[in-house]
Amino acid sequence: MPRKKQGESFEEALGKLEKIVEAMEQGEMPLEKAMEAFKEGVGLVKFCHGKLDEAENSVQLLLKEEQEGWTTEPFDSSSEDG
Amino acid sequence: MKDYKAAFDSERSTVYTVTRLNRQIKGLLEATYPYVWVKGEISNFRAPASGHCYFSLKDERSQMRAVFFRSGHRLLRFRVEDGLEVVCQGRIGVYEVRGEYQLIVDRMEPVGQGALQLAFEQLKEKLKQEGLFDAASKLPLPACPRRIALITSPTGAAIRDMLEVFQQAPCPLTLTILPVKVQGAEAAGEIAAALDKADELADDFGWDLVIAGRGGGSLEDLWPFNEEVVARAIARCRIPVVSAVGHEIDTTISDMAADLRAPTPTAAARWVTERLEDIVRSLEEYRSRLRRVVDQSLSARRKELEFLARRLPRPRRRLEDSRVHVDDRGERLRLASRRRLEKARERFHLLEHRLGAHDPRKILERRRELLGQRRREMALHYRKILDRHRLALQKCALKLDGLSPLGILSRGYSITYRMPQGEIVRDPSAVERGDRLKVRLEKGSLECRVISG
Repeated sequence: MPRKKQGESFEEALGKLEKIVEAMEQGEMPLEKAMEAFKEGVGLVKFCHGKLDEAENSVQLLLKEEQEGWTTEPFDSSSEDG
Repeated sequence: MKDYKAAFDSERSTVYTVTRLNRQIKGLLEATYPYVWVKGEISNFRAPASGHCYFSLKDERSQMRAVFFRSGHRLLRFRVEDGLEVVCQGRIGVYEVRGEYQLIVDRMEPVGQGALQLAFEQLKEKLKQEGLFDAASKLPLPACPRRIALITSPTGAAIRDMLEVFQQAPCPLTLTILPVKVQGAEAAGEIAAALDKADELADDFGWDLVIAGRGGGSLEDLWPFNEEVVARAIARCRIPVVSAVGHEIDTTISDMAADLRAPTPTAAARWVTERLEDIVRSLEEYRSRLRRVVDQSLSARRKELEFLARRLPRPRRRLEDSRVHVDDRGERLRLASRRRLEKARERFHLLEHRLGAHDPRKILERRRELLGQRRREMALHYRKILDRHRLALQKCALKLDGLSPLGILSRGYSITYRMPQGEIVRDPSAVERGDRLKVRLEKGSLECRVISG
């Protein structure tokens, strides 16, 4: 079971976005509804982009500290002995 | 051997005790077969709690007891079971107390395939039966993996290669390396522990994916990823696990247990970056589709609005329109009336004409005219006739003139008339002397008397 994320997950947002775009492309939407859908769609795009940029760009090494449990330190890939 | 033979000879008449005989047999057998290789099929296999394996080794015709002590078979990669065709290396041991001999196995190898291969097959079958490889138990893979736990050696080529590929990712990635040995006896345990650790710390670090793997190597090298503990740890893990072991052609038990198999560690990293690139591209696409469809929708509505607005009658326009309308109608009315008038006039003239045709004065007039005409015609004809007659007359007159006796007169002839009667005298006998004669000459006449004749 994947752990539950707070609020909307990335996948959910993406799924909603796809649905909205498809619904709008069907035509037939009354103008107010189309504007609302557009607003929501743009919001979802923003949300997804935000999620993508959320992570910190880093490479860490997990180490076990005797007393403090687990911690990380930056990983230097050049410092290996082959 | 010689010693024993001598001993036998010297004691041929001796009566043995069971113990003594057994002991001698033990000595003989154990000395003769301190090191043998025996091939056979395992049957009657039992492994009581002690952990020692007791079984029979047999061929088509005979069998022999065997034992494989825990210390020996603990290191075996494969599972010992009935029906397995094996080659055993060991020694013959005799259990004096019961007068039984057995093969004490030190090493056992499967016949046909390698031990490792066999172990692989056995474990694969076992776990498959348990459903560890079922598609239904696989976790869905994250659409957008950004925080990844990497279980691999911190010093191998694998991590270097993966990091190189991760550099290309279109968005920031948080990678945490859980360092483990990836070959050797302790590797499997470390890998399994790391998987459990990842599961435990998942909430704290927010990992959405685990990649466990190592670079290429021999079956021995890759063996930790074929171990049961690792497979079970993978199955247990609540985070989706990508197994990225060795080269493309190697498939390990971990690969089967994992939620995704990557043929190599580099491929695993590439899978992640491609996934992210897809997402970024999809988002761009969605954005432009949204924009496009809204623009289209707005533009269509705007056009419609303009169209309607244009058609909307504005007051001046309306007035102009009306004016044009009126003018047009006026014109048409005029034309129509004129036409009607013309028609009426025509009709009138026609009738007038027809009436006129019956007007008495007209009739009179006409008749008068006609009369006049006829008169003229008549006069003309009369004249013509007159002329004709005159001409005829003239002709006759001329003719007559030609025939006229008086004409002859012009030629010198004379006409003699006897007077008073006036008969023409042709014959001289017709007259007597003294008759009065009239002689007509051209230019007059002569009164004459007959002298002689």
